[in-house]
Amino acid sequence: MPRFTAENTILAKEIIGRYPHPKSALIPLLHLAQEQDGHLAEDAMVHIAELIDHTPAEVIGTASFYEMFKREPVGDYLVNVCTNIACMLMGGEELLHHLEDRLDIRPGSTTADGMFTLEDVECIAACTEAPCLTVNYRYFHKISTDEADQLLEDLRAGRRAHEIPKHGTLARVRQSIPADRRAGAAVPGECGQPVWMTPKDDPEDAPA
Amino acid sequence: MSDQATARTVPQMITGRFQYDDAHTIERYEATEGYAALRKALQMHPEDVHAEIKEASLLGRGGAGFPAGVKWGFCPPGVWPRYFVVNGDESEPGTYKDRLLMERDPHQLIEGVLIGAYATGCAQAFLYVRGEMALAQERIAAALNEAYAAGLVGKDILGSSFSCDIVLHWGAGAYIVGEETALIESLEGNRGMPRLKPPYFPAAKGLYMQPTIVNNVETMANVPWIIRNGAEAYTAYGAESSRGTRMFAVSGHVKKPGVHEVEFGTTTFRDLIYGHCGGIRGNHTLKAFIPGGASAPWFYEEHLDLPLEAGAVGAAGSMLGSGAIVVMDETTDAVKAAWRVVRFFARESCGKCTPCREGTSWLEKVLRRMLDGQGRPEDIALLLDLCDNISPSIAWPPKQTTICPLGPSAVSPIASAIMRFKPEFQAYCGGGDVPTSVTINGKAYLPPEGAPAGV
Ligand code: FES
Repeated sequence: MPRFTAENTILAKEIIGRYPHPKSALIPLLHLAQEQDGHLAEDAMVHIAELIDHTPAEVIGTASFYEMFKREPVGDYLVNVCTNIACMLMGGEELLHHLEDRLDIRPGSTTADGMFTLEDVECIAACTEAPCLTVNYRYFHKISTDEADQLLEDLRAGRRAHEIPKHGTLARVRQSIPADRRAGAAVPGECGQPVWMTPKDDPEDAPA
Repeated sequence: MSDQATARTVPQMITGRFQYDDAHTIERYEATEGYAALRKALQMHPEDVHAEIKEASLLGRGGAGFPAGVKWGFCPPGVWPRYFVVNGDESEPGTYKDRLLMERDPHQLIEGVLIGAYATGCAQAFLYVRGEMALAQERIAAALNEAYAAGLVGKDILGSSFSCDIVLHWGAGAYIVGEETALIESLEGNRGMPRLKPPYFPAAKGLYMQPTIVNNVETMANVPWIIRNGAEAYTAYGAESSRGTRMFAVSGHVKKPGVHEVEFGTTTFRDLIYGHCGGIRGNHTLKAFIPGGASAPWFYEEHLDLPLEAGAVGAAGSMLGSGAIVVMDETTDAVKAAWRVVRFFARESCGKCTPCREGTSWLEKVLRRMLDGQGRPEDIALLLDLCDNISPSIAWPPKQTTICPLGPSAVSPIASAIMRFKPEFQAYCGGGDVPTSVTINGKAYLPPEGAPAGV
């Protein structure tokens, strides 16, 4: 049940510093914890509570609202099949049932080997590319049942590791704001009228 | 992104760079007029930049269609700091455009946001991207890193006095966060539940109760084009009430499903479905289509020649919503389709308001029971009674018993399907009658006089 590593603690503090109020960093920090451990470990949530100066209950209160946050371990690969309206019309349900058969699990559960978790999800904004699914939030458009079988096989054999990181990692590129370019968080109570918002009739102070 | 089938060729104002595989890089962006609009805006007074957007009558592309320039003007004078927030939480079923804009042309969005923040005096901006969109987050992060390095974001932008950080933020899976006050709650680190209104506009009281402008991704993607070419050039395209171009995703039973940027307000549903998308698949015929995302009442054959314009679509009893058209052919089971849309709202209800939390899940259960062969003659009356409790008198535009429109959205598909495909419902209910007087054009269908309140 790990807390943040030293490296992630530094990163977490840097993320908190971008926001006018520390609690705004909560969802990004929960993602960071999930990236570190594959799911949200309890101690990580306690650590986050300390970092943003709120109670662990408030952290869980937010985390439990959002379905991407997994408070129990899930498979290495989270396979999300869309069965919402556009996908339903184009075979999304058949695709889901096919994967249920292949993996021998129902949506919401994980294979015995801990490799796959299957989910029946709502629209993933790929409606014109139906039927579609994501694996750890990487998209596969217009995917046939044969292609889905091939995908499972590739994942088992580790052939997709370069394009699909383990569960918890979203963007593989992080935003980093260089110290010398940083404008800084706009904290209420500490900011007046921005300098470039000078009245229009004051040519002296016109923006450069 | 073809452009035939419309009355004339219109420029691809926001999808023009999609032809390049490397459109997401700063090199390609700058080689294709990128950041020219920002440079131009910085030579103008913020008020003049704002006036240009107002003049262009740029309508919000998120669903409500509110003019962006007017929204920008709602910030109370003298209250600082102000924030600029971009809503990239695209998740209305059928909608697929903002993800494309974020993945394929992230700098265009960044440039739009910078211009918006400059014009409105926002000292900080947040890009709220849907949690599930890993590639969009990656592309925006990379683009922001490039833009910071080039002096385009952050402190003293391009040597001017304009300073603004853009912080990439992402969600974690909750449709309701697309509602702007829920998005602000989420950005404050809370459960994404809509706030009680008034205040109606976050521009008055938004993030940390400060003035906050919330705009959709596609809306902001239009801003660089407008500033580069001027409001006059922009208003040369589209209809009087709907200027410029707009992206529409056409999915479901068409030959070539796809996303198209077309002239706004003049293109018709027929142009899109039969022109750009090749018509209904195989030898099938049109049964119904959803004109503006899952929340919208359904349309039929007789609506095909309506223009994609909010007023016309609204008068006909539905909405243009988020630019999502879902086409169903005659093989579609109307009850099943209604259930699938209702299940979405039942799952995504945030649970704050009782009529929505309880009502949507009961609607889902009753429909599921019908599909499972357990329908009862009184079920249709029960569905309508539930609908009436969520959205009184089931009118269009909907009346709400809830803080936000999510609950009433679940009523649309049921109302549409019962209204049009009554025998299909009756077949699932052992012949039960539909106790309604139904009219199209938004007036609604009311439970008949004297019908028992609870069934
Ligand atoms: S309905 Fe499946 S991606 Fe939109």
